[in-house]
Amino acid sequence: MKRTTIALAAFALGTGMAFADTVAPGNVAFDGYEVAESLTGTPGDPEKGREIMTNKSEGNCISCHAAEAYADVPFHGEVGPMLDGAGDRWSEAELRGLVVNAKMAFEGTVMPAFYKTEGFNRLGDGFTGKAHPEDKPVEPLLNAQQVEDVVAYLKTLTE
Amino acid sequence: MKMKLLHGIAAAALALGAGTAMADEDAELVINGDLEIVTKTDAPAHLEGAVGEIMSGWRFRDSTTQVMQMDDFDNPGMIFVDDARDMWATAEGSEGKSCMDCHGEPEDMAGVKPVYPKWNEAAGEVRTLQMQMNDCRENRMGAETWKYDAGDAVAMEALLASVSRGMPVNVATDGPGQSTWEQGKELYYTRTGQLDLSCASCHELNYGNMIRADHLSQGQVNGFPTYRLKNTKLNGIHSRFKGCVRDTRAETFSAGSPEFVALEMYVASRGNGLSVEGPSVRN
Ligand code: HEC
Ligand code: HEC
Repeated sequence: MKRTTIALAAFALGTGMAFADTVAPGNVAFDGYEVAESLTGTPGDPEKGREIMTNKSEGNCISCHAAEAYADVPFHGEVGPMLDGAGDRWSEAELRGLVVNAKMAFEGTVMPAFYKTEGFNRLGDGFTGKAHPEDKPVEPLLNAQQVEDVVAYLKTLTE
Repeated sequence: MKMKLLHGIAAAALALGAGTAMADEDAELVINGDLEIVTKTDAPAHLEGAVGEIMSGWRFRDSTTQVMQMDDFDNPGMIFVDDARDMWATAEGSEGKSCMDCHGEPEDMAGVKPVYPKWNEAAGEVRTLQMQMNDCRENRMGAETWKYDAGDAVAMEALLASVSRGMPVNVATDGPGQSTWEQGKELYYTRTGQLDLSCASCHELNYGNMIRADHLSQGQVNGFPTYRLKNTKLNGIHSRFKGCVRDTRAETFSAGSPEFVALEMYVASRGNGLSVEGPSVRN
């Protein structure tokens, strides 16, 4: 019994340590609209980034952005610009800034901020239409590693 | 930065022309071969600077959906209109009266729907058609009020829309209802939810664009109630508002709330000049 408790405690601490390197949404350091520092210190995985961007229940970037690079996935939106070549047009720091909070680059843009947890009006509890419970922590649309994965994939979108 | 962005947009325009299935935005709507419906016209003066031309949601649907609305026998919404005709003539409540006892034939109500929501002097408030219907039920018939946007209320609204089809929407933007209208306008442009989008983000800035598999319209309400192929029933305006607000990951307002009454008034007035079209067919 004692043993298990100690083991569990160690485990919890372990994950806690890993998280210590993660930059919280409120602490992201912008230089203009750029974010130079990785949010996790762990390099992003472009494969995962592609999945996140094209998956409806994850980033769902595809609902607004088309790209030749993921033309195999059906139904591309047209609200935002096409993303082919984004990896040439923007540096990694710029892309990170765009995904974290595109409003820093494009004032008043309709592109949502994917790594932000404060400052919303009538925040809902996901897609339930109900108010977000006061005592429930607000999750950003993407977590820190997902942002890194998306940035890594965007960097591969060169022409 | 601007340059890079422009480049991206040009590329998007180029690549997209090909793949996406578009509605026939030049089609014209004529119902039953003779009832001409205005689905595109100059925007009312109050939209100057925002939108030049207003268009019914009908224009943004694919041709299969469009055709369903061109003949009342193909329009599933008309089944509910027929049900409502029966309700119209049925006496209910402690006074033993029907709608017909006071108002005559449903056709005698032509011209009512186009000006709603409108200011009610006696009540000192702006009322939607459903609010007015419930006032009649409660105070003139002694009958139970209908649940907002639920079956009976939406069916009756569809009947009252159907007898005004082809008439231009003409909601007052001034006069005693003006402050409610202003409140609606404020709500229209207020961003909500974790996605931080307003009605205008989608329906003013992006109509005509695809958002995933949906072809964004101007979000006009001249076609309401709408029969949606998606849920195979008639849908009220406030239910649609709820769905759209929910999709911004926001806490919605409820059907019949003062906020949605104001928003309905404002959105309806954005369609001033389009024909009343309900019950319409949408996907
Ligand atoms: C609701 C619509 C919407 C969603 C969802 C969205 N974007 Fe955007 N995005 C835009 C718009 C619009 C712009 C152009 C900026 C502007 O004018 O507002 C843009 C710009 C960009 C740009 C710069 C464009 C270029 O090619 O130069 C990148 C990169 C980008 N978005 C990536 C993403 C990623 C990654 C996601 C998902 C994690 C995403 N976007 C989700 C609307 C959206
Ligand atoms: C995230 C994008 C988005 C936002 C924000 C949004 N809508 Fe919509 N709305 C849609 C989509 C998608 C549809 C279905 C396709 C269409 O008709 O545009 C739709 C449909 C509608 C319709 C039905 C139109 C018809 O002819 O059947 C109305 C009315 C409407 N919206 C009003 C609103 C109002 C009012 C708001 C703000 C409270 C709003 N919408 C916010 C995406 C949005």
